[in-house]
Amino acid sequence: MKPIEAVNDFVVKFANVNGSGSASANELFAKCILRMGVPVSPRNIFPSNIQGLPTWYEVRVSEAGWLGRRGGYDLLVAMNPQTWDEDVAGLAPGGYLFYDNSKPLAKSKFRDDVSVIGVPLTDIANQTWDDARQRQLFKNIMYLGALSVLLGIERDVIVQLIGEQYKGKQALLEPNVHALDLGRGYAEQQLQPIGLKIERRDNVGDRIFVDGNSAAALGMVYGGATVCAWYPITPSSSLAEAFQKYCAKLRVDPETGKHRYAIVQAEDEIASIGIVTGAGWNGARAFTATSGPGISLMNEIIGLAYFAEIPVTIVDVQRGGPSTGMPTRTQQSDVAFCAHASHGDTSHVLLFPEDPHECFEFAATALDLADRLQTPVFVMSDLDIGMNHRLCKPFEWDESRRYDRGKVLTAEQLEAGVPFGRYRDVDGDGIPYRTWPGTHPTRGSFFTRGTSKNADARYSENGEDYIENMRRLQRKFETARSLLPQPVVHEAPHSTRHGAIYFGSTSPSMAEAIVKLDADGVHVDALRVRGYPFADSVREFIDAHDTVFVVEQNRDAQLRSLLIEQFEVDPARLVPVLHYDGTPITARFIARVIGERMGVADVTRMRSGKVA
Amino acid sequence: MTYLPKPKLHHPSLQKNRVGFTRRDYEGAISTLCAGCGHDSISAAIIQACWELDIEPHRVAKLSGIGCSSKTPTYFLGQSHGFNTVHGRMPSVLTGANLANRELLYLGVSGDGDSASIGIGQFVHAIRRGVDMVYIVENNGVYGLTKGQFSATADQGSKSKKGAVNTDAPVDMVGMALQLGASFVARGFSGDKQQLVPILKAAMTHTGAAFVDVISPCVAFNNHPGSTKSYDYVREHNHALCRMDFIPPRVEITVDSHPPGEVREVRQHDGSMLRLRKLPDSHDTGDRVAAMNYLHECQARGEIVTGLLYVDPEAPDLHAHLDTAPVAFNRLAEPELCPGAAALARINAGLR
Repeated sequence: MKPIEAVNDFVVKFANVNGSGSASANELFAKCILRMGVPVSPRNIFPSNIQGLPTWYEVRVSEAGWLGRRGGYDLLVAMNPQTWDEDVAGLAPGGYLFYDNSKPLAKSKFRDDVSVIGVPLTDIANQTWDDARQRQLFKNIMYLGALSVLLGIERDVIVQLIGEQYKGKQALLEPNVHALDLGRGYAEQQLQPIGLKIERRDNVGDRIFVDGNSAAALGMVYGGATVCAWYPITPSSSLAEAFQKYCAKLRVDPETGKHRYAIVQAEDEIASIGIVTGAGWNGARAFTATSGPGISLMNEIIGLAYFAEIPVTIVDVQRGGPSTGMPTRTQQSDVAFCAHASHGDTSHVLLFPEDPHECFEFAATALDLADRLQTPVFVMSDLDIGMNHRLCKPFEWDESRRYDRGKVLTAEQLEAGVPFGRYRDVDGDGIPYRTWPGTHPTRGSFFTRGTSKNADARYSENGEDYIENMRRLQRKFETARSLLPQPVVHEAPHSTRHGAIYFGSTSPSMAEAIVKLDADGVHVDALRVRGYPFADSVREFIDAHDTVFVVEQNRDAQLRSLLIEQFEVDPARLVPVLHYDGTPITARFIARVIGERMGVADVTRMRSGKVA
Repeated sequence: MTYLPKPKLHHPSLQKNRVGFTRRDYEGAISTLCAGCGHDSISAAIIQACWELDIEPHRVAKLSGIGCSSKTPTYFLGQSHGFNTVHGRMPSVLTGANLANRELLYLGVSGDGDSASIGIGQFVHAIRRGVDMVYIVENNGVYGLTKGQFSATADQGSKSKKGAVNTDAPVDMVGMALQLGASFVARGFSGDKQQLVPILKAAMTHTGAAFVDVISPCVAFNNHPGSTKSYDYVREHNHALCRMDFIPPRVEITVDSHPPGEVREVRQHDGSMLRLRKLPDSHDTGDRVAAMNYLHECQARGEIVTGLLYVDPEAPDLHAHLDTAPVAFNRLAEPELCPGAAALARINAGLR
């Protein structure tokens, strides 16, 4: 078997033990390549555990800029004896197996069709450091050093990054650089060059490298959220924690040191959504971040906020369900659930960010939409976007942008005699006017309730009042369609009767799959949905194609169901392409399934992984 | 309940308070509860307390859960914003409202089903966070709207109207509030307005989590022999801890005419004074442990202790814990909230 040869286009998989300190070394590896101008896309694959269980970090290096998960790996850094067998078995034929050869391993543990690279990491570490923790941590930096020589990663780049990481902590900087050079020295003297290479390019541009949860948290800061209530749950906890971190830097009154934010770690998700609802009712911008099980608990109050018309922003960082499901794996399986969360006739606004850039943007947009529409708004992120660093466009903020606080009557307006009835449809768009508590001594007060009421917010069990209110809520939902982020369409180079609809974290793999399909003569127009209820242009897109593939990461074709429900299109024209094993969808998968459906003869070639 | 609408006109000679409102201005819609319901007396006490405290009605937000008690905010303070939330979740919604605007007075009205059963978790956590609020539990030991099931505060051995005996141990919300760190804990009786009004006034002027349990007999389902929440039973077993006078901040405190030892004065954060005329055997209201002991001793004797059990006039509230700016968050806008494009450019630079 000929060893794989590739420049700036391969996948490295690190197999580590959770809690061994490997994460920072691995992240450093990814960043070094970025600093050399070559796009990378790393993914954590981790168990629901703090210490001891296996964890993996996959780095896709792609000069072409493909950021979706590729599938397969060409270089394995096997640092976990527990998972050795399965890790080695998964390595691509012709690939490279990098391991710690301090202890001899039986020949049967290896494969004939891969190149084996042994470095006595433990031996060197034991000779160099006395402290057990140091031995462990610096072993990670040592393998980074050895890999940098094998792959051609510039030493200066790594040293600079270590310097940035340990800025002001000279005591930590020096031993790290020493460990790096130990690894490099061994590789330079003892190891043969390999077929995988990193070469400097200029393909990163001004893009930033950040995880979606941090981005969404920052979007909440920029969007003016002052109240955050949350309950710890993977994969969303880091969002609330990032909000705390950003607020501590950006939201403290410079003169008094007082906080212009309030964060409550609530006793459960019911209290989280209750706090957010109370704050929204009282005129503060508020949000919660959670995942599917949290949404399950929040359902009753989500219905209250819908019916009582209270601005609420919810970030759902989706994971595998149902029940506890796969807490550390990714899915898009809360879509239908969130669209109609709570009992009774409810419909909710959903936004689908594709990457951290849109997590930032949509977080701020969701706060505006919630205020404008006086309703819960969901930002449908997922673990793949939320918990992995992703290369994306830098965050943008237009200084002239103003918060849209929606239809709120002021004390001056009430004083001037502007008539007020909480649930009257004054403007014909279904959106009523509201007042905040404490506004005016004698005008504008009303009683908020989840039971039926008339247009002036008075308790009513009259069926006509109820129907009028429910119809107005429908009109409001119609209004939402034009206010949401509009779909993004990618037209195939040749006119085609085939289309594909996708959303969220499927985006990078979809882009890659489409290019691949084009190259194979299979032309598909693609539309990325960014909001629900769907824009009219989604209907037009479906109408313009005979067959539309709906690509999503769940079992039940949930987005497809919503499309059929909203547009009443013939279900036969919407062909589901479903990936839901908990790993991020790949271009290979999408191209293969679409190719098969369209009767492409060359399916075998796609299956082999040589495409995309 | 009555179907007669309330007249909107006031008698011109009705007395006005310092902010220009008559007692009638603090009323709400006509109650739809049963005639004689203890809850209506509590609503009347709230109206009285707010009027006497010269509170502007629109500076109050009243929140409730679900149940008979939670319907009552419609029947008082018609000029205030109200929020009838979902069952057992008033505490979290109130917490959020309070975070959004710390400048209003928050009345949380709940019942024993709402707070001791479905919402006990929210009760617990709102109290332990020290949310600045008056948390009133209108406690009748029974589910009224669903017609007479026992609630979690029903005493062991007490009988339902249909004759069933409650075998579960009761939840004592006063004991829990003390243990959870409420900085103001009192119990009242809907049949004793003279005691209840000063308690409510003191609670409303208190900063921090003020918990007031009010025994409020249910005339329809829990006012029979064998009930321990009936008017007769509570009157017979009421052990009033002390008589309290509430003295507002602007009133000059005159030299105390009572002999020392019998009167304890507590100055609250807003400058108001609580003058407590103690009974001979009562405990020190500044001592949380003593309050818990005293409560349990009375309970063991079969007495229902009422009055102010504990107050810490200097306790920090949730806003103090969170170190929030002394401003209503709903008034903050872009200049205070948005860090701007230059800061974002620096953040972007740090992510490359």
